[in-house]
Amino acid sequence: MLEYLPLVILISLAAGLAVLVVILGHSFGPHRPTAKKGLPYESGMTPYGPGTRRMSVRYYLVAVLFILFDIEVVFFLPWAVMFRKLGVFGLVEMLIFIGILLVGYVYAWKKGALEWE
Amino acid sequence: MSLSDLLILLPQAFLLVWASLLLLVDLFISKERKVITAILGAAGLAITLGLTSGQWGSRATGFNQMVVVDNFSVFLSGLFTLAGLVAIVIAYDNMRRTGIHKTEFYSLLLFSVAGMMLMSAAADLIIVFLALELLSIPLYILAGLAVPRAGSAEGAIKYFLLGAFASGFVLYGTALIFGATQGTSLAGIMASIQSGTAELPLLVIGAALLLVGFSFKVAAVPFHMWTPDVYQGAPSPVTGFMSIGAKAAGFAALIRVFSLAFPSLAGQFAPIFAVLAGLTMVVGNVAAVSQVSIKRMLAYSSIAHAGYILMALVPLADPSVAANSTASALTYLVVYGITTLGAWAVISAVENADGGDTSVRDLSGLARQHPWLAAAMTFFMLSFTGIPPLAGFWGKFYLFRTAIEGGYTTLAIIGLLSSLVSAWYYLRVIVMMYFRESEAGASRAPSIQIAAILLALAVLVLGLFPSGLFQLALQALANGVS
Amino acid sequence: MPVITLQLVIFITVAALAIASALGMLFSRNTVYSALLLVFNFTTVAFLYFMMGAPFIGLAQITVYAGAIMVLFLFVIMLLGTEQIARIEQLSAQSVAAVLLGLVIITEAVVVFLLRNPTSLVVTSGGDVVSVNEIGGLLYSQYLLPFEITSFILLVAVVGAIILTKQEKPAGKAVEGEVKK
Repeated sequence: MLEYLPLVILISLAAGLAVLVVILGHSFGPHRPTAKKGLPYESGMTPYGPGTRRMSVRYYLVAVLFILFDIEVVFFLPWAVMFRKLGVFGLVEMLIFIGILLVGYVYAWKKGALEWE
Repeated sequence: MSLSDLLILLPQAFLLVWASLLLLVDLFISKERKVITAILGAAGLAITLGLTSGQWGSRATGFNQMVVVDNFSVFLSGLFTLAGLVAIVIAYDNMRRTGIHKTEFYSLLLFSVAGMMLMSAAADLIIVFLALELLSIPLYILAGLAVPRAGSAEGAIKYFLLGAFASGFVLYGTALIFGATQGTSLAGIMASIQSGTAELPLLVIGAALLLVGFSFKVAAVPFHMWTPDVYQGAPSPVTGFMSIGAKAAGFAALIRVFSLAFPSLAGQFAPIFAVLAGLTMVVGNVAAVSQVSIKRMLAYSSIAHAGYILMALVPLADPSVAANSTASALTYLVVYGITTLGAWAVISAVENADGGDTSVRDLSGLARQHPWLAAAMTFFMLSFTGIPPLAGFWGKFYLFRTAIEGGYTTLAIIGLLSSLVSAWYYLRVIVMMYFRESEAGASRAPSIQIAAILLALAVLVLGLFPSGLFQLALQALANGVS
Repeated sequence: MPVITLQLVIFITVAALAIASALGMLFSRNTVYSALLLVFNFTTVAFLYFMMGAPFIGLAQITVYAGAIMVLFLFVIMLLGTEQIARIEQLSAQSVAAVLLGLVIITEAVVVFLLRNPTSLVVTSGGDVVSVNEIGGLLYSQYLLPFEITSFILLVAVVGAIILTKQEKPAGKAVEGEVKK
């Protein structure tokens, strides 16, 4: 448990800083709201309709590819930790793994899956 | 790991590497020359077939006892690669004609075949699960290859969701078995059961979950609901491949796991197998009768055939019948594989260029325009029914004989009666082709015609000389399973 | 009476946060809030994994579930434009089934705790039960084959994601997913 203490301190610092900045801004900044100021910014136009809009399906492909490559990253962690012990054999293993995934990357690239048309 | 490990899995490893390279090479082949991709895909399968048949007769385990290559795995690997080859021949013409010629088909097919081969060689539940994923995920994608077509999207999403569900069952079962026996290797599980250290209730629940997962894959009732929609919606060549590949891989896992890991449990599972087999035969055959679409009809027929095979596996625990039980299942898988690939080849040739659904009526008058296709289809339908000189008869003969030897005469009678029902819908196809006046069009591509005729010849030859195949199947068990 | 240790205090705090965020996710009417609460829930569960001495699972939980899969969830929500769900009548059969299944799990947990020796479930040593080192050592030696097969499965998944979403010829600008007024 104790070995996670630095992690806890880091997270508390990060969260604490975020909270602190918001509080500081809120308490020291001038605060004079009007109806016009409260409107969402819409390039000077009066906004209409709901603020949310449907996103393009292309984001979805990006998200799916992100998941797949994210899962691969998970495999790197135990490998990196054990890298010295595994030696050349481990390196070759990981190179094969990356090589196979590189095929997927090249495929995605050539197919234009990474382009935004 | 050493070099010998790699040698043991050489066919699978070669096919996986070949498939990955094919995926890349295909990107650089121009649209008019896509035939090269098809030929390269077929070449990869042919080389794999050569490599795997070179392993016949030897037995070796590798990768820390995670895989075992024996005659059983070689036998099934041969079946998978041949099915893949036929699927490529059928697909090249059909997919171009129906305008869905996405050439990733070939490498995905190769990946799926590699997954099936791994499944047949799995000696560890982790490999069983991964092989199941490796063979299934390409099939989900292939089912959705015709995706602007509504049926294809529906079939693919159903197949994917239910398939993922089935994978979940397998995974959960594996976890419980691991919890009960502290191991995932099939040999380790058996040792743990024999020494009495296994926690029995947990183990039985785990085994039951595995059975559910595999039943999804082989489309046994009541886990068959996805089959008609998927078979109807997927491109016909894909369906043809899936109808034998996925089924045979499911049975490979079932036989391996239940005869190697839980031989002592197989006895307790026999009643469950019997109920599954009986339900599958009856529901499959009865539901097939009322189908208008020939694709749905063949889907229900494939369910029924899974039932016949399950029937032979009921007495798996009985040592005096075990060899016959597995051998007749293997024999029937080959016979059924040839027949179903042939039937789907004919459907691939007959179906409209829009790739939509094909009804039994669409075959009417086929004999006049395409006598060879009609003759081949007649062979396949008769073989499915189990009419004497053809392979289907002998296949069923061995299955029924095993069931009776194992003391499941009632089950055999149920099978026989439901077979009689099946005659009605199979013969209806023949009647349509020969005795109805209509001009059924079909593709005149020589590749698909030759494939259909060769498969029909195989059905005939295996029917005339049945003992050879059965002996081969017995040999397949000689150095590993049972 | 168990001694109140720092570990117990942290555990109770994290567990309470996990339950609270799960309930918040269930009852929130805004699906985006639900998704974000689920991210929070995943993170708290990851904390629990850390506390149980399984840091790798905790890290995987954060990277894969809280990171990638929740991104997908959020995209789907925004893709379908269902940030606000209307007050639809929930199917009564669904709630009944949910309650029943929940009871099954609670019963299972109680049975396990009563039938087994509870102390056998407690990790006595403070060290990691499954350290990242150990996983690395096993994954890259004994479980080398599964590891490499995984990469092929991921490759196939990449190909599938692209084939099924990417149409060869976009049929005009109508495919543009955004809603135009």
